[in-house]
Amino acid sequence: MNAVPGNHRFTRRQVLIAGIGAAGSLVVGLPTFAYEEEGERMIGFFIQINPDGSVVIGCKDPEIGQGLRTAVPMLVAEELDVDWRKVRIEQMPLGIVKTADGYTWKYGGGQGVGGSTGLTSNWELMRQIGAGARRQLILAAARRLGVDASECGTRPGYVVCASRDAEVPYSELVVEAAALPTSDEPAPLKAMGDYRIVGTRRNTIDARDIVTGKAMYGIDTVQPDMRYAVIARAPVLNARVKSFDDAKARAIEGVLDVFRIDGPQPGEPYVILASGVAVVATSTWAAMQGRAALDIEWEASPNSSDSSERFWRENEEMLEGDGQVVLDDGDYDAAMAASAKTIRRRYRVPFVSHAPLEPQNCYAFVKADECHIIAPTQMPAGASRAAHAVTGIPRENIRVEMTRVGGGFGRRLTNDYVAEAAMVSKKTGWPIKLQWSREDDIKNDFYRPGGLHEMHAGIDADGRITAWAQRLASGSKYYRRPDMPDENLYQAELYVDDFPRRIVDNVRMEYFHNAIGLPRGSWRAPAHTANAFVIQSFIDEIAHETGQDPLQLRLDLLGESRELEYSGHGGPTFNPGRLARLLRFVAERIDYGRRLPKGRGIGLATHFTFGGYAAHAMEVTVADGRLTIERIVAAMDCGYAVHPNGVDAQLQGGTIDGLSTALGLEITVRDGRVQQNNFDDYPLARIAVVPSLFETHILNYDDVPTGVGEIGIPSAAPALTNAIFAATGKRIRNLPIRDQLADGKQVDMTSMASQVV
Amino acid sequence: MVSFRINSEEVSFDGDPGTPLLWVIRDHLRLRGTKFGCGIGQCGACTVHVDGAAQRSCVVPVSTIEGRNVTTIEGLAPSDNALHPVQQAWLEHDVPQCGYCQAGQIMAAVDFLKRNPEPSDADIDNNITNICRCGTYVRIRKAIHRAAELTAGEKS
Repeated sequence: MNAVPGNHRFTRRQVLIAGIGAAGSLVVGLPTFAYEEEGERMIGFFIQINPDGSVVIGCKDPEIGQGLRTAVPMLVAEELDVDWRKVRIEQMPLGIVKTADGYTWKYGGGQGVGGSTGLTSNWELMRQIGAGARRQLILAAARRLGVDASECGTRPGYVVCASRDAEVPYSELVVEAAALPTSDEPAPLKAMGDYRIVGTRRNTIDARDIVTGKAMYGIDTVQPDMRYAVIARAPVLNARVKSFDDAKARAIEGVLDVFRIDGPQPGEPYVILASGVAVVATSTWAAMQGRAALDIEWEASPNSSDSSERFWRENEEMLEGDGQVVLDDGDYDAAMAASAKTIRRRYRVPFVSHAPLEPQNCYAFVKADECHIIAPTQMPAGASRAAHAVTGIPRENIRVEMTRVGGGFGRRLTNDYVAEAAMVSKKTGWPIKLQWSREDDIKNDFYRPGGLHEMHAGIDADGRITAWAQRLASGSKYYRRPDMPDENLYQAELYVDDFPRRIVDNVRMEYFHNAIGLPRGSWRAPAHTANAFVIQSFIDEIAHETGQDPLQLRLDLLGESRELEYSGHGGPTFNPGRLARLLRFVAERIDYGRRLPKGRGIGLATHFTFGGYAAHAMEVTVADGRLTIERIVAAMDCGYAVHPNGVDAQLQGGTIDGLSTALGLEITVRDGRVQQNNFDDYPLARIAVVPSLFETHILNYDDVPTGVGEIGIPSAAPALTNAIFAATGKRIRNLPIRDQLADGKQVDMTSMASQVV
Repeated sequence: MVSFRINSEEVSFDGDPGTPLLWVIRDHLRLRGTKFGCGIGQCGACTVHVDGAAQRSCVVPVSTIEGRNVTTIEGLAPSDNALHPVQQAWLEHDVPQCGYCQAGQIMAAVDFLKRNPEPSDADIDNNITNICRCGTYVRIRKAIHRAAELTAGEKS
């Protein structure tokens, strides 16, 4: 099913782009080019119906573990009206077509996954693709039977004509159907109540291939005459190679070539980030051995004195001054002055690494005027641009294929490893598979930015919050981007329309950019992970400080269902009542408010992320400085669950990602060097962290689906730390939690992750 | 030259005897179900069986498996049309997300269940240490219990 990369059933064609709108716009009806070539048996780009009645559905976007390869084809299969058990999915390559002023999407919709948009961007398009193909099949059957199309309907895999008491299998109609003229009118869509596939519990389409070891990832790519490459990367941020001695490396059996890779100048926009020495060999191990034998002298770097210690100290100092005011609702100063009580707290959120389990890799074969890329990537068009940037080959001559991806989490939005592979292939003329080690990955990431948040609240005599401020000093995620004015750097870190804006009247947000040399990028749910932790912790603190119940204070603020303006990603509106609904539910499920023994506590948190809503309730025990998560109740409102099994999976996985990160993960720098190396000192959570009592609930409010990949993570960490406070009275304001509960006793980080916490 | 059996086939390797078994399996034998995750035996994505016991193949030099029997994920199922009970349980609980670690998880669970045919949650927590970055642990735990049931059913 998940074929060896490069072995696609979808043949590449030169096509007319008539009928396709501007990039990313919706194609109404079918793409207007249907194929009558013998044996093609395809209707449009996405649907192939075989003589045996089996159906191949193309998936244009990459699968990174978010379940899109199952969920999106479900939309097509539903409207096409076929038996899901007869459906097979094929990954489609990148399709871009040159236009007068750039490029447009070949398949009628964008390709790429980020920001939890994979489902929402396909919701209309893919249902229409299925419905349009069904309409063509009905037309073909009606012609054959000599009846009007209105006399025909379908059952899975067949056109049915009651007046003729006839059934014609799709497999007999497909060639004819594809040749018939298509309509510009949208095809009618099924009512949701009639769904047989969408919204039902289905397994991950590739599960059998995965459990039998047949599913192929980028790292599994094998192509004729392929060589293996690794790069020795600068140990200090932005350091460049001064000189190197490769005599010992070249003496390693299998090493074929060794050469220098020049990275970008410090601070400049980048395509690749690596400066270093490439080793090309006949096997991965030989390349790694060759790299280990290199003797490299590095130039001094402007970042050679960068340190986490300095970064955090500077953040403290910055917050003592005045920053860029990026939001100033009402009269914050007056409200603070008039308040009966003010509360100020600081919270520290560390840098963290994506650490997808499949280390970065890419296959590239650069020839004189064409290039072939096979990559595990979230953004295939970015891969095409990256390969173009380092080879100069026109993008229409760069073929980009996507593999199944061993985890994304935002790391593979950046295609630096694609550019590296293309660069090595160009230099050698060989087909190259570039492989990163885990250490390469941990040390050369685009990290989630670390930041120090200072929160202020003004409270009136009745305990109401009348003023609210969030002041943040951090390194912005917008790292070395071209054409990015300094005054916009905050936009990646402070989401101005987040709760409690438009609920509290006087709100101020202030940003201080602290430029550290650590590369930064999008990490699952980007700034929502930091902001949810900070906001949901602070609300908890306000409740305890003012003698209010943390649940009731949140419910009072969130209020009833209503749409508030939300200009950020996930808008145009945000309904705080939907958060209240989830929060009430998880509180009830976990029996919030019951008396608990000493050392045991329940914490709550809720957050709106990219259009979706989530809430967590967690119950913990802290005894002798040891934390045990006893129970988790998680709920998500994603509007409509197209693939409920996948939604549950994302809520489970997002929650665990949140816990894993909060418990033990941090990237630090000293003397310009990232100090973490591998999973021994970057201890991702293991199974022991996860309680047996872990329930997930999908509680949809309406029938408009949102994405789900990032919704489940932000409220997990604050629910945990709020539970720790309830259990112990100790407030965690500094992530990760690590040994903060151990009262000074040293806790081994590895054992914390691998044993019962 | 190192000779051994992999999934019941005789194979030999005449390269650097210090090469980790993982890279012999992946690059030379082209069995790509066994994954590279960390290279230091931490994550378990590369777990295979050597004479029936789970080993993290990224830290096993190929020289140490002369004459031994290696089983990879591709050799776990009794036939192309059948699944091992652990694989079956994995399907029933729809465990995988990205799926990259799952071959290793399954190989670890198979060995674990041989030693602990009726495990408690605590047994699982103390013995299954493979990393899943996607966080499929809730389903892994359920699938291990289910596999124990399926195995017991096969034997009875």
